[in-house]
Amino acid sequence: MTENTIAVEHVGAQHLITEPPVRDTGAAATLRRSARRRKGLKGLGFHAFVLALTVVILYPAVWMFLSAFKPSSDIIGEVNPIPTDWTLDNFTKALSGIGGVSFWTFFGNSLILAVLSVIGIVLSATVSAYAFSRIEFPGRNIWFGLMIGTLLLPFHVVIIPQYIIFNNLGMVNTFWPLLLGKFLASEAFFVFLMVQFMRNLPRELDEAARIDGAGHVRIFRSIMLPLMRPPIITASIFAFIWSWNDFLGPLLYLKKPDLYSLPIALRLYVDQTSVSDYGAQMAMAVLALVPVLLFFIVFQRYIVDGVATQGLKG
Amino acid sequence: MTTLTRDAAPSSAPAKRARRWKPSEVRAGYAFLTPWLLGFFLLTAGPMIASLYLAFTDYNLFTDPQWVGFDNFTQLFQDPRFLQSAKVTAIYVLVGTPVKLVAALAVAMLLNMKHRGQGAYRSIFYAPSLIGASVSIAIVWKAMFIDDGIVDTVGQFFGMQAGGWVGNPDMTMPMMILLAVWQFGAPMVIFLAGLKQVPAELYEAASVDGAGPVRKFLRITLPMLSPVIFFNLLLETIAAFQVFSSAFIISGGSGGPAGSTLFYTLYLYIRGFNDFRMGYASAMAWVLVIVVGVITAIFFKTSKSWVHYSGDAR
Repeated sequence: MTENTIAVEHVGAQHLITEPPVRDTGAAATLRRSARRRKGLKGLGFHAFVLALTVVILYPAVWMFLSAFKPSSDIIGEVNPIPTDWTLDNFTKALSGIGGVSFWTFFGNSLILAVLSVIGIVLSATVSAYAFSRIEFPGRNIWFGLMIGTLLLPFHVVIIPQYIIFNNLGMVNTFWPLLLGKFLASEAFFVFLMVQFMRNLPRELDEAARIDGAGHVRIFRSIMLPLMRPPIITASIFAFIWSWNDFLGPLLYLKKPDLYSLPIALRLYVDQTSVSDYGAQMAMAVLALVPVLLFFIVFQRYIVDGVATQGLKG
Repeated sequence: MTTLTRDAAPSSAPAKRARRWKPSEVRAGYAFLTPWLLGFFLLTAGPMIASLYLAFTDYNLFTDPQWVGFDNFTQLFQDPRFLQSAKVTAIYVLVGTPVKLVAALAVAMLLNMKHRGQGAYRSIFYAPSLIGASVSIAIVWKAMFIDDGIVDTVGQFFGMQAGGWVGNPDMTMPMMILLAVWQFGAPMVIFLAGLKQVPAELYEAASVDGAGPVRKFLRITLPMLSPVIFFNLLLETIAAFQVFSSAFIISGGSGGPAGSTLFYTLYLYIRGFNDFRMGYASAMAWVLVIVVGVITAIFFKTSKSWVHYSGDAR
């Protein structure tokens, strides 16, 4: 089907009409050959254009990566991303940390936050989704509607009261404010993702298990969870990356350098180092992105398909 | 099929009124929903009500809130920096979002053609959406657009005398919009998934009727894609209102130069957490919720006239 559409779009209706019935007579063969050549030219034009677009889109990222290997004086204004003098000095400097705190402390903080976020989100989102999609109880539709409503709610309306609450509880400068919401399913995107998937699992599964005397806890643990692998993987990847890149949360709650996550440390680094030390800034920016890029390279299918089917944002 | 009572999907549940809930189901439902309910009341609904109260008070975190009636709101609309932040955000939303979505749709149509390597291009073009809001990329953007940075260098080559965009109040908005457009990949992937759903027969029939590519785009692609356009437009608009970290990093947290990057949420942060005017910032948060709410309502209201559900093309 799609083959046909493309033929129509590229070569015109004439091609579609002539091609199927005619056998390999000379005239038809020439016609088809010329059509193929025209299609080949189109293909060349397409690839030239899309490759040019790829270069433009990748340029900022490539420039950052390679600039990290340049001496600081060669970075700003240097359009050619490839270093003439390769150096690792920037990375040595970046890894030594800021103000007596090692880079690995920031890295560790980011990692703890990201891993606990993944655990919290997977646990809370699957449990809530089970209630929304597999149990019948009064008020469920109202709660579901409210959950969808929070999808569209600007996050900034709650940051001030949340800050006041956590401040009164003495939780500023702990990881609690950043993690509690993850364990309480307050990111509706993930709940929605799980509900969408769970709704499509056959009812007969639960019914058979119920006849065998299984309760909801058993059904959830032994039947649903194993089947939920695809959305759990998608949710884990996004939960990790969003936590890893999060800036506003740690900016509000982590005020001691030894608690900083990488983005906050990076910001401090930019504010503190002398303006000319771009090399070390680039190296640290690169180091902060490495885990995200590794995730992307390994899981790109899951990530891009997750976006395509669930409309998740990046 | 057989058990009608338990077969109801969440949306079709109110069909049967005289249903009696099984106590064990009700208990199980609320048990499974407990994490979400806690999160909803403690971290979303409760704080929202609290911030509505705070919006009518003077509160600095250290002394008790003082009730001031509508003072915060009247002050807001006489505060030149608030008006500036509203203007900056409005321009960003009104210009940046359409440009980003047009780019996303154009590239999606390109990637919907039958050519080799489309999967790889799709992944590459998506990648910026994953890292675009990170501190690392904000640092790179700043380094690229600073005085004598590569954008300035290339601009001078073509005779532009704008200098670095970072320090030029007229050029910071194009710079921020470019950063947004660079992340066109997420809506592009969603458009692409939508394009794949358009039945090929429609295009074939149109070709037979002698329709050209423009007509096919206007009469088939756009109407068939309208639910996806609606989805992308809504989510991208809401997200654009909340842009924060890139503006924070690029302007060093000030919203400068001359308030040209003073995005709404950045000013809210400055008021709440630099000046400790939590009542004022809460009023700002509620104005944002109302504006986003009204825009969402307008989208849904007008969608009836231009969003086509079901398989009908006309």
